[in-house]
Amino acid sequence: MALLDIRDLHVTFLSTGKEAVRGVDLTMEPGQRLGLVGESGSGKTVTAMALSGLIERWNVNMTGQVLFEGRDLLACSRSQLRAVQGKDIGVVFQEPMTSLNPLMKVGRQVEEVLKIHTDLSAGQRRARALEAMEQVGLRSPERTYEKYPHQLSGGQRQRAVIASAMVIRPKLLICDEPTTALDVTVQAQILSLLRSISEEFGVAIFLISHDLSVVRRLCESVCVMYKGAIVERGDTDRVFNDPRDEYTRRLIAAIPKRKRHE
Amino acid sequence: MKIKHNKNFTAGAIITAFMLAVILIGMVWTPYDPNAMSGAERMLAPCPSHPLGTDNFGRDILSRVVEGAGATFVIAAATVAIGLAAGLVVGGLTGYYGGWLDEVVMRFNDAVAAFPSILLALVLIALFGSGKYNIILALGLLFIPSFARVVRSEVARQKSLDYVAGARLMGAGDMRILFLHILPNIIPVLLPSVAIGFNNAVLAEASMSYLSVGVQPPDASLGRMLNEAQGYLLTAPWYALSAGVAIILLVLGFGLLSEGMGGEYGAA
Ligand SMILES: Nc1ncnc2c1ncn2[C@@H]1O[C@H](COP(=O)(O)OP(=O)(O)OP(=O)(O)O)[C@@H](O)[C@H]1O
Ligand SMILES: [Mg+2]
Repeated sequence: MALLDIRDLHVTFLSTGKEAVRGVDLTMEPGQRLGLVGESGSGKTVTAMALSGLIERWNVNMTGQVLFEGRDLLACSRSQLRAVQGKDIGVVFQEPMTSLNPLMKVGRQVEEVLKIHTDLSAGQRRARALEAMEQVGLRSPERTYEKYPHQLSGGQRQRAVIASAMVIRPKLLICDEPTTALDVTVQAQILSLLRSISEEFGVAIFLISHDLSVVRRLCESVCVMYKGAIVERGDTDRVFNDPRDEYTRRLIAAIPKRKRHE
Repeated sequence: MKIKHNKNFTAGAIITAFMLAVILIGMVWTPYDPNAMSGAERMLAPCPSHPLGTDNFGRDILSRVVEGAGATFVIAAATVAIGLAAGLVVGGLTGYYGGWLDEVVMRFNDAVAAFPSILLALVLIALFGSGKYNIILALGLLFIPSFARVVRSEVARQKSLDYVAGARLMGAGDMRILFLHILPNIIPVLLPSVAIGFNNAVLAEASMSYLSVGVQPPDASLGRMLNEAQGYLLTAPWYALSAGVAIILLVLGFGLLSEGMGGEYGAA
């Protein structure tokens, strides 16, 4: 069974009447790394929010199906959804500056998901958190555990966020522009971290980016989104080297030459 | 939490610390029994044995000011505690959930805020009866809207930040998000409001007791003392002055504190 199977998803905002997602179909197998690219406003984040359950339901009209391990998340109640959120689906946002609680110790935030979904003891949670922090390459996890977010660099924070999502070993990690706010070298580190996590633990990664070259470094397949619909999909290298859709061609042309040959 | 030590904050801290020390000492020891009358020592001017003089019943004014400041302080603190606790719940829930309930509650809030609070307090006192505990209850109720408003707008702002979205995406329940994640983050914004609220409570208690609907004789309260002192303004000015200065110091201390914090956070 596919891990994730989105069928004919439509999302319309009631407040503005805008149809942000217009009939998206996509499938992800366990452990697969799939990229979603498109320009700003094409509906990437809305798609991710719809499948993570973050969308404010009173403000949208959603039709279609989001099947996660065969279960339709759109038909789930909020509490049914909560059982899946965090535990099976983790999310990493674009902005590491605001995605951590400024007043909570980093270690506590890494543990948070364990507190919500497991009944591990405090000591066990701490051990798991330290282990996860080590796995994402945070040096001296013991000390980082006691720090507050403002004491970490942007790259370290993003690692901490990834640790907080990974500590419970979700099956799917949604990353919405996880490297956009970071500088180039840190970007590369985070991407290779995501790759090694995915390979080591078999977690599927749904990577959202406006930058096809970022997707190419991490994902074997890609979907290109334009105005709320998927206009092209396939093997990342194939899409990159032999784009069939006019919009995809323009997207590739927009990548600086230097990056194209990386 | 960082508070840059500016002049206002330091001055406020010193005054408040002084008043708190006086009040705390006054709870266990005063030079004289504040209610002990002495026919022979009526209306004494300040002198070595009575540094602030005595009143029309021969009671030691210093002892009464200390005790009155204590009573005023306790009433103000309790008032703020009620207003703050209820304001946190009301503002927290409306700010977090938004929607029609938010609209209704906030319009009601506006309506309450449109009346002069002393007037409403008098209405409530007329309903509850006068006395120390009823004053606390009446003022506490009146203070809810202003705290609720501050809490609500700050909760609504925090709610849109990614760390809250992150907590939701971890499957955290609403109450956990609201109380564990959001509320600690609004404390910096709340502190100046607490200080200002405390000031308003001191003044409101003084006004109510001055109007004889607050603390009842023979108990001392600063407002009550002002009321009693006004009959002797010309013959014993130290009486009114002592109570008045005590009120001013209490209010000034917290006012400067809130100014110090407000300046800091306003700039941030
Ligand atoms: N809460 C909302 N209410 C109304 N419209 C919204 C809301 N959120 C998003 N939209 C609209 O949905 C469309 C898609 O937005 P979305 O955030 O998914 O774009 P995106 O592809 O993620 O862009 P970016 O690369 O800038 O993040 C946009 O036109 C946006 O205006
Ligand atoms: Mg986006």
